[in-house]
Amino acid sequence: MSSQSIQPKKSRMTMEQRRSLTGWLFLLPATILIIWMSFYPMVRAFIVSLMRGKPTALEFSQPLWRNYQYMFKDNVFMTSLKNTFTYLIIQVPVMLILALIFASLLNQKDLKFKGLFRTCIFLPCATALVSYSIVFRTMFAYDGFVNAILIKLHLLSEPVNWLNDPTGAKAVIIIALIWRWTGYNMVFYLSSMQSIDYSIYEAARIDGASPMKQLTRITMPLLKPIILVTAIMSTNGTLQLYDESVALTNGGPANASITMSHYIYNTTFVTSPNFGYAAAMSFLILIMVAILSAIQMKVGDKR
Amino acid sequence: MSGSIFKERAKRFLMYAFLIVMSFISVFPLYWCFVSAFNTTQEVLGGKLVPGGHLMENIHNLMEQQQVFTALKNSFINTLLVVALSLTCCSIAGYGFEIYHDKWKDRVMGLLMLSMMVPFVALMVPMFQMFSAMGFLNKYIGFVLPSISTPFLIMLFRNNARTFPKEIIEAARVDGLNELQIFVRMFVPTMRPTYAAAATITFMNSWNSYLWPRVIMKTNESVTMPMLVANLTTGYIIDYGVVMAGVTICTLPTIIIFFFLQKSFTEAIAGSVK
Repeated sequence: MSSQSIQPKKSRMTMEQRRSLTGWLFLLPATILIIWMSFYPMVRAFIVSLMRGKPTALEFSQPLWRNYQYMFKDNVFMTSLKNTFTYLIIQVPVMLILALIFASLLNQKDLKFKGLFRTCIFLPCATALVSYSIVFRTMFAYDGFVNAILIKLHLLSEPVNWLNDPTGAKAVIIIALIWRWTGYNMVFYLSSMQSIDYSIYEAARIDGASPMKQLTRITMPLLKPIILVTAIMSTNGTLQLYDESVALTNGGPANASITMSHYIYNTTFVTSPNFGYAAAMSFLILIMVAILSAIQMKVGDKR
Repeated sequence: MSGSIFKERAKRFLMYAFLIVMSFISVFPLYWCFVSAFNTTQEVLGGKLVPGGHLMENIHNLMEQQQVFTALKNSFINTLLVVALSLTCCSIAGYGFEIYHDKWKDRVMGLLMLSMMVPFVALMVPMFQMFSAMGFLNKYIGFVLPSISTPFLIMLFRNNARTFPKEIIEAARVDGLNELQIFVRMFVPTMRPTYAAAATITFMNSWNSYLWPRVIMKTNESVTMPMLVANLTTGYIIDYGVVMAGVTICTLPTIIIFFFLQKSFTEAIAGSVK
C-alpha cells in the first residue's frame, strides 16, 4: 500500500525533471551561440586591449593600460569621441520628440489617411544604412540636388559645400539619422499609445488641456517605460554609428565627422593594423553604453 | 462661437499640412533615388524629378563595373540562411524559456538579455581573430554564425509563447505527443504571425548589414549588396545614375518585403517590448 502511494509521486518527479531537461535542451543551442559569439569575444576584447604589437605578434604591453592611456593623447580619437557625442546629444532628443509628436498626431481617432501617413513616415526604415547614406551624400553634394533647389528658390545665392565643411558634414549626418530613425521610434510609441484609454484624453480636453499639455502630462508619463527603451536603444545605436560615417562623409573633411566605430575600423584594418589599441577603444564604447544605459534607467525610474 | 470653430479648423488644417509635409520629406529621398536610376549623372545632380530613359544604360554600366549578380546571390544566400537558422534556433529557445521556465532558466535569460547592450564594434577585433583562425573568412558560415542567436528574437518568441494556451500542451501530452512534437505540431502553426514578424525583421537586418561583412568578406567573390553599393562611390569620377541604379537594386527587396509585411514588421517592433 505504502509503496504504491510513493510510486506515482516518484514517477511524477522524474517526469517533471525530464521536462525541465527538455526545456534546457531547447534553449541550449541559442544560449551556447550567444556565449560563444558575444560573451567570449567580450572577454577576449578586454585581454587584447592590454596588448600591443602586430596582429601576428601580440604581447602584453608595459604598463598594461598603455593603450588606454594613449587614447587621451590621440587627437583623432578625441575628435571621434566628440563627434559621436555631438550626434548623440543633438540627434537622439530631437528624434524622440519628433517621434512622440508624430505618434500622438497619428493616434487621433478622427484623423483621415492615418495608414498612409504612418506608412510614409515609417518607410525610411526599410532602407539599408549604406543606401540611404549614399542617397543623402548625393543630394547634399556641392553640385547636387539640395543646393540646386535652394538656389532655384532663392534661399541661397551660391552653393554651400555641405560635406566639405566640418559643421555642414555633421549637420548632414544628423539630418540623415533623424530621417532614417524617427519613424522606427514612432512605431514603438504608437503601439503603446493604443493601450492608453482614449477617454482620458477626452476628459482632459473637456477640462481645457491644450494638446501640448495632453502630450506632456498624460502621454509622456504613461509612455515612460517605452520612452526609456527607445532612449537606450538610440544611445546604443548612436555610439556605434559606422555606416553613415563611412558612406555619407567618409569621416571627412579631415576626420571632422568621423565616428568612434569608423575610427576603430580604420585602426583595425585600414592603416597599419593595431588590434590592441582598437580593442581598447571598443572596450571604452562598451563601458560607455553600460554607464549611459544605467543612468537612463536610474533617471527613468525616479520620474 | 464661430470664431472658435474657425480656430479649430485652422488648427486641423495646420496639422494636416504638417503631416503632409513630413510624409513628403520621408518619402522624397527614396522617390528621388528611384527616379535617378533612370537618369544621367548631369540630370541627377541638376535635380531632375521625373524618370528619363537611361535605366538600361545605367544598369549596363553597373554590371560592367561591379559583379552585381555575385553580390545579389551572396546577399540572398546569406540572408535566407540567417532567417531560416535564427528563426529555428530562437523560437525553440524562446519556447523553452517560457514553457519550462524555472528560477535558473529565468536567470540564464536575464544573462542573455545583457548581451543586447554589447555594441558590435566592441567585439569586432576578437571576432575577426576567431573567424580567421577557424577559417570562416569569405564564407557564408562567417556571415551567418554571429546572427543565428539574437536576444531580440529569443525575447520576441518568449513573450509571444506566453499567450500560447497551456491546455493545448496538456492535451497533446495526454494524446502521447512528446515535447518536441508539441513544439513542432502545436506551437509553430499557431505562432505563424510571430514567425512572419521575426522573419521580416531578420531579413531586413541581415540584408542591410554592412560592418560585419566588410570585416570578414575580403574577396570580390564574397561581396554583398551593401558592400557593392558602397564601392560605387569610392572612385574619383562618380556616375550618379549608376550609383542610384545600384542603390535601387539594393533597396528593392527590403521595400517589397516592407510593403507585403508592413503589419508584421510593426508588430515585431512593438512585440519586442511588450
